[in-house]
Amino acid sequence: MVSQCQQPKKAMQHLTARRVAGLLSRRGVAAFSSSGVKMASHGHGGVTEQTDMSVPLYWDRLDTPLPDRPYKDTLSDADKSLKQKEKGPWNSLSKEEKLALYRLTFNETYAEMKKPTGEWKTVLGGIFFFIGFTGLVVLWQRYYVYPPHPRTLDDEWQAMQVKRMLDMRVNPVEGFSAKWDYEKGQWK
Amino acid sequence: MFRAALRLSVSGARSLTRTRPQYTASIAARSYSHGKQETDEEFDARWVTYFNKPDIDAWELRKGMNTLIGYDLVPEPKILEAALRACRRLNDLASAIRILEAVKDKSGPHKEIYPYVLQELQPTLSELGIPTPEELGIDKA
Repeated sequence: MVSQCQQPKKAMQHLTARRVAGLLSRRGVAAFSSSGVKMASHGHGGVTEQTDMSVPLYWDRLDTPLPDRPYKDTLSDADKSLKQKEKGPWNSLSKEEKLALYRLTFNETYAEMKKPTGEWKTVLGGIFFFIGFTGLVVLWQRYYVYPPHPRTLDDEWQAMQVKRMLDMRVNPVEGFSAKWDYEKGQWK
Repeated sequence: MFRAALRLSVSGARSLTRTRPQYTASIAARSYSHGKQETDEEFDARWVTYFNKPDIDAWELRKGMNTLIGYDLVPEPKILEAALRACRRLNDLASAIRILEAVKDKSGPHKEIYPYVLQELQPTLSELGIPTPEELGIDKA
């Protein structure tokens, strides 16, 4: 009995954690995106891929122009020869080579880092979606949860109630009945 | 010089009324109410000396740049020139370009700073063969 209760709760936790991780990995976490970081997620065999935080990491951050390690550390032969060429005068490098050298060391340029993500659309969409969903819940509540409509709120009953209050002269000086013109039979 | 430019160009902003930014002798920026305040020239000189170290290593370059960018200021062209020359000694063209990008980013809304810096650095850039991000087309995403 105990294990049965625990199962659905664990599934619920999985779902929410996975959903959040999915949303986060889609949108990127603030200005922090790295080639090596994988979200710590569930593992089928119990093996999870996590960043090794004991070695220098690469990250694109506006306030850290030169991260701890270059982006690509395993260089192909072409890259290695380019790196050799870098040791000579830079004027002898072509524009493409200079760009290639930049991309070897860095992942995103500052312009790419600062690019608007459009995350606000997801956020706003999510907000509206959940408000809409809540609306449906409220509607369902109205028909399935609320008790029957009290008859004292019907227009007919209310009219009879008002007439009774006037006949009783409720608050005749300054309040309710004071506003009713008894000669003309209408509100003042 | 840049601090003055920043102060003059932002008119009416509350930041104008704050006291001169305080550069202390230590790397961690602490503001002392007593004790000798480092002048702008001393600050600049200190950083130029740092990057001019002939056998500067890659870590020191990274640490220096990241710290410098962490300060609430745009570095003077002479500091940046020393940093670019340090990149040359370390055979690191990519970092040199990155430094220029960082300077543009640091200027924030003050769009006149970056062209001025490039103008001041032009001799060094041509001498060392460092392209600007604009020349490589990476200034637009």
